[in-house]
Amino acid sequence: MTDPGLKDIWVYLSASPLLGLTMTLVAYGLAYRLYLRTRSNPLANPVVTSVGMLIGVLVLTGTSYDDYFEGGQFVHFLLGPATVALAVPLYQQFSRLRQLWLPVTISLVCGVTIAAGSSIGLAWLLGGSTEIQMSLAPKSATAPVAMGISEKIGGLPSLTAVLVVITGITGAVLGTKLFEWLRVTDDTAKGIAMGVAAHGIGTARAFQVSPQMGAFSGLAMALSAFATALLVPWLVDLMQFLISQSSSS
Amino acid sequence: MNFLNGITLLLVYQLVGEVTVRLLDVPIPGPVLGMVMLFVTLLIRGQAPESVDQASSALLSHLSLLFVPAGVGMMVHFDRIAEEWVPITLALLLSTIVTMVATALIMQLTTRWLVGSHQGKEPDGD
Repeated sequence: MTDPGLKDIWVYLSASPLLGLTMTLVAYGLAYRLYLRTRSNPLANPVVTSVGMLIGVLVLTGTSYDDYFEGGQFVHFLLGPATVALAVPLYQQFSRLRQLWLPVTISLVCGVTIAAGSSIGLAWLLGGSTEIQMSLAPKSATAPVAMGISEKIGGLPSLTAVLVVITGITGAVLGTKLFEWLRVTDDTAKGIAMGVAAHGIGTARAFQVSPQMGAFSGLAMALSAFATALLVPWLVDLMQFLISQSSSS
Repeated sequence: MNFLNGITLLLVYQLVGEVTVRLLDVPIPGPVLGMVMLFVTLLIRGQAPESVDQASSALLSHLSLLFVPAGVGMMVHFDRIAEEWVPITLALLLSTIVTMVATALIMQLTTRWLVGSHQGKEPDGD
């Protein structure tokens, strides 16, 4: 960037949303191509590679996250309507859901409780601060829901967003191997587990395995968004009470 | 035009959800309430209009893309994560594995007990 003209262009671009938005789409496009090239290997998850590329570029060019997010927010914003859109697969699977409503309800309530309870409990046992425990609690819910809950229970919403993404990636990468080891063969069970534990990123992975697993994962993600919003604040009160009891005695 | 109608409807439901949550002080996020309202509407109507169907599959087919800007936010929290990386990584990793394993097993067992084995795939299938 010795040419002053180029420098001016860079100054202009880095201050406009255009660059952040384009970078996001280009990085995801490259990452997705790589993912297909590796025949959908879960280790090449497109979220990991595109986030890695983007952080690399931002750090190397000395661009701040706020400048990047000027553009990134347009993609981020779509998480809201995407959450509403989950009503459609939910509706399409309604007849299957009606058959399986009891197992789905039981697994969902257990899954959501285990997801939040185990993350608070483990973080507490390992010496994590209350803020970290609260930021981790809703980590298995989809981002807009998790951020809302995190704010309500005293976590850091933006840190929660990051933890949600890492959780989704972890689930998407490990899921299929775990099911193989456990000999879980039902696509409905695999889908429900993926959606409850790893929300949208897990659902994207589940659709790669089979349409039925994807649909059930989407269903579980939608239902657990609802269950997490209802159950987690209540569970947090209970856990904090238990933790305060055990530390005062 | 169809796609535009669909996305508009999704945004209207989100907006109604957000407003309701704020007015009634309900402890659930606006988009989730919007999703429930849309689901109820679809049940009452008995079908998903093509526009909503199109917009929803367009949004959901690249769901992972929507998480990318939030993921990049990791760079803001590098210090915080570095400070408490042991509880964060271990709690996150173990909790996700435990949740996934437990949910899959509970779902598989309860389906077999409560609904009957004919619902699932044959255990000796691929």
